[in-house]
Parts: sequence; C-alpha cells; structure tokens
Amino acid sequence: MTTYIIRRLLQLIPVLIGVSILVFSLMHLTPGNPALILAGEHAPPETIRAIEKRLGLDQPLHIQYFDFLKNAVQLEFGTSMRDRLPVIDHIKPRIGTTIALAIYSTIFSIFFGLIIGIISAVRKYSFSDISLMIIALFGLSMPNFWLGIILIQFFSLKLGWFPPSGWGELSQIVMPVITLGTAGAAIIARMTRSSMLEVISQDYIRTARAKGVSERIVIYRHALKNALIPVVTIVGLQFGGLLAGTVLTESVFAINGMGKLVVDSITARDFPIVQACVLIIAVIFVFVNLIVDITYRVLNKRIELD
Amino acid sequence: MSQTSEEMVYKPKKTESHRIRSLKDFYRRFKKNKAALVGGYTILILIIVSIIGPFIVTGDPAEQDFANRLATPSADNWFGTDHAGRDIFTRIIYGMKLTLAVGFSSVILGGLLGIPLGIISGYYGGKIDSLIMRVMDVLLAFPGILLALAIVSVLGGSLINVIIAIAIFSIPGFARIARGSTLATKNLEYIDAIRALGAKDTRIIFRHIMPNILSPLIVNATLFIATAILTAAGLSFLGLGAQPPSSEWGAMLNGGRDFMFIAPHISLFPGLAIVLVVLAFNIFGDGLRDALDPKMKK
Repeated sequence: MTTYIIRRLLQLIPVLIGVSILVFSLMHLTPGNPALILAGEHAPPETIRAIEKRLGLDQPLHIQYFDFLKNAVQLEFGTSMRDRLPVIDHIKPRIGTTIALAIYSTIFSIFFGLIIGIISAVRKYSFSDISLMIIALFGLSMPNFWLGIILIQFFSLKLGWFPPSGWGELSQIVMPVITLGTAGAAIIARMTRSSMLEVISQDYIRTARAKGVSERIVIYRHALKNALIPVVTIVGLQFGGLLAGTVLTESVFAINGMGKLVVDSITARDFPIVQACVLIIAVIFVFVNLIVDITYRVLNKRIELD
Repeated sequence: MSQTSEEMVYKPKKTESHRIRSLKDFYRRFKKNKAALVGGYTILILIIVSIIGPFIVTGDPAEQDFANRLATPSADNWFGTDHAGRDIFTRIIYGMKLTLAVGFSSVILGGLLGIPLGIISGYYGGKIDSLIMRVMDVLLAFPGILLALAIVSVLGGSLINVIIAIAIFSIPGFARIARGSTLATKNLEYIDAIRALGAKDTRIIFRHIMPNILSPLIVNATLFIATAILTAAGLSFLGLGAQPPSSEWGAMLNGGRDFMFIAPHISLFPGLAIVLVVLAFNIFGDGLRDALDPKMKK
C-alpha cells in the first residue's frame, strides 16, 4: 500500500506542474498589460515600467513562471487589481464557506443517492423504482442555478421557511445544499442502482439466498458492500464538480464564498484573484481524487482479503 | 500466400454484412427502449422547431413593450412577458436554435480535437501516448465548469467563446474513450493481418479502427451535448456567455434575476426549456448506450 501511495504521489507531480503552467498561461493570454491595468490608462510610461519591474513582468517568461510557482507554493498570489490587497486576504475568509458548501452537498448527494439507488435496485422495475429513476433523471437534467431560483421562489417567498440568501445559520444552508447536491445525488442514485443490480445477479448472491440467508442480510451485508466500490470512485469526481459548482450556487444565494469571488473577479477583470482561485480549486480536486483512489484501493483490498 | 490474400480480400465483405447486421441489431434493441425513442423523437422535434419556429411565431424576440412588462401568462403571451415587455414564448423559440447550436458545435469541435488525439495515443503508444495522456490529466484536473470558466475569463464573454471553452472542456473525455477503444481494437487478429498485408496506418485507422470505436464515442457525444447545454446556460447565467438582449436561455434567466421575486414566470419557462432539452439528450444517450453496449445484449 505504501508503494502504491508513493507511486500515486509521484504521478501527481507532472499533473500539478501542468496545472500550474496552464493557470500561469491564462494570465499571460489575457488581453491587456496587467501593469497598464494597475497603473490606469493615462499613466506615464515610466510608471508602467516601474510596475512591470515590481511585478517581474520585464523578466523572460520562464523566470516569471518559476517566480509564480515559488510564490504559489507559499500562497503568495500577488495583489488584487481592485483594492491592491493581497489576493490571499480575499480568499482566506471565503475558502472555508466554499469547502463547507461542497462538503455538505457531497454528504447530501451520497446520502440521498445511496438511499434512492438501493430502493430502486431492490424493487427493480416496480412503480417506486421507475418513479425514483425518473426523478433522478430530472435531477440530472436540471440547471442547478435554476433549481436554486425555484427553491427561493417557493420556500422563501411563498412559504417563508428559509431566507433567500446568506450563509451561516442552518436555515441558510438547506437550500444551497439541495441546489448544489441534487445533480450529484441523481448521479450516485443511478450508479448505485446499476451497480447493485449487477452484483445481485452474481452467483455468490444466489448462493447466499439458496442457503436461506434473509433478504435483508443478502442486500445489506453481501450485495451493498461490493456494489459501493464503483460508487466510491465517482465521489471524488462529484466533490470536484460540486466545488466548481459553488460558482453558480453562491451567485444565486449571494453567498460570500470563493465561487462568487471568482465570478465577481472575472467581471471586474481582477485576474490575479481568478488565477489563484482556479489554481486552488484544481489542486484541492487533485488531492481529493488521490484520497478517493487510496480509499478505493483499501476497500478493494479488504474485500479481497474477506 | 495467395490463399491468405484471397481470404483477406473477402474479409471486408464479411465485415460489411456484419456491420449491417449489427446496425439492425442495434435498431431492434434501441426500439425496445421506449424512453430512448421518446428522447430521440423529442430531439428531432426540437431541431425542427428550432429551424421553422422563428418563421411561425410572429413576434420579434427583441421587441420591447414597456407598457406590457412583466405580464403573466395569457392568451396573447403564452409564457408572459419579461422585464422589457418582450414575449417569453417567442424568445424561447428563438433561443432554441442557440441552445442546440452550442450543444452540437461544441461537441463536434471537441470531438474533432479529442478523438484524433485519443486514437494517436492508443494506436502509437509509447512516449506520444504518455505525453497526450498527461496533457489530458492536466485538463481533467479542472473540475466541472471551472475549466470553461477559466477559458471564458481569458477569451471574454460571448457565445462563440463559450463554444470554444466547452469544446476544450470536452476534449479529455473524447480522447480517453477513443484511446481506450483503440487499444482494445488495435491488437485484434484481423488488424494484425491487415497490417501484415502492408496496409498503411492511416488506412487501418480510418477503415478499421474508426468504425469499431464509434459506438462509445457516439454515446459520449450525445450525453456530453446535455452537459454542454447546461454549462453554456450556466456561463450565460453568470453573465459570461451570451450577452443581453440575446434570447439564449441562460442569458434570459440572468436577465430576469432581479425580477424573480415579483414575476416568477420569467425564470420558470426558460429553465423548463433547458430541462426539456437536456432531459431529451440524457434519455436518448442512455438508450443509445443500452443499445450499443454489448453487455446489454442479453
């Protein structure tokens, strides 16, 4: 297992370098000179040159990249173009909110996805199976920002149950989590169902049933354990998708997180912030996938040993 | 030797009849899946509506009528009017062409870039395979809408840039599937035989590998159209895609955001339209997968 973890960690290095090159290039492909944007349109050339020197923009590209990499490792992403505050000062108070939103939504989608998937598989082709799968298909096909708007209209305006915006109180968390987690729940439900059906049709389940083991034990002890393995692999992908999806959810519910910060910064052409947020989300995603891969390996091994 | 060549000459004929048979087999299995048929017909109807719809609806999607703003659905305005008094039904009909165009063109562009990369990677292997796949790993490290968002932030907000961004976002998916299928196909005995007869790589790839790897790619393309439409709508909703007064559905939802409390119908109908189109592609894609997947033949 240690060898596997070391090998996976080594495999991450080229990916992380690639990610950093791509994010670095984004800044350089952006039209307009950052120094000119910082100095203002009517700034004298010497001021622009001074800013270029300060930002290292007068250096060759590869030197600029290594500087960027060195700074990024130390969480130094330069200053915001709007208020000249360090980029990290903008991100720090918001990153917790975004990660919390993504984690709660992942838990929501795993919980409901598994329940719906198991019920559907156990009652294959019944009315409840078909209805649940139709609901899952709708969940998958709905733009999450639209679902958010509909939830606000119904639960905030009509019923007055939840506040339409903000983050912190439990009542403020419910709707954003449903908004962000629904598509994930639908994907997990469909995956669990098909995985369960595949496992249930296998010989060892038939043997267990033939031995007279109760249906409940067959489903929950024998089938579910194996059926969950492929589901684990998509949880990492799900989490990454949800992390990126916070961009839309936070905009709908006016949540002051990193997702909303990205959108506001793109609109304001504040590229250092966009660059830093994109890099941080990608790096988190890469490491979450690593953890999921290791978990998958551990689960698989345990089953092999059983 | 001559006997062997003769056998090889007859091989394509066998493959052809086999292909027709598999096509019939596929259609039989596809027809059995009623939901997939409904999805397919819905897509067909949506395409027809997007082409002839603008000639049938009489209104102008950009025509403003401030005296009639935020009107609720009625016989005159089936889906009501928006904050500028524009007829929502007319705008949805006009927007359908944009939505489908984004879906199809981004997937075609992504496929044109991703499929050759995947085939080259799988067919030639070695260093070129490692290089291409590492680049794909890097693109896959940007989850969900993030890569498209980053690209649009550089290119600027417009529908064309959204198509480019989504196409780039779809490349790794196509490349991985094409690579996997190419790897599975290139070592088949008959490919070895054709190669031994002196066939060039391009001929082997286009005549023998491509037809064999098409099924999973078609399924991926169909399901990705759904993702592309959702992503494009999301970017337009954030104000980074189609710009007002465009009748792109995501942009319509963005335009109606400030009025969603006093006129819920503004956000209801464009959203339902997106759900309908995405649902149709998802159901159709599911059906295609079931019909094309050899495991489902049982």
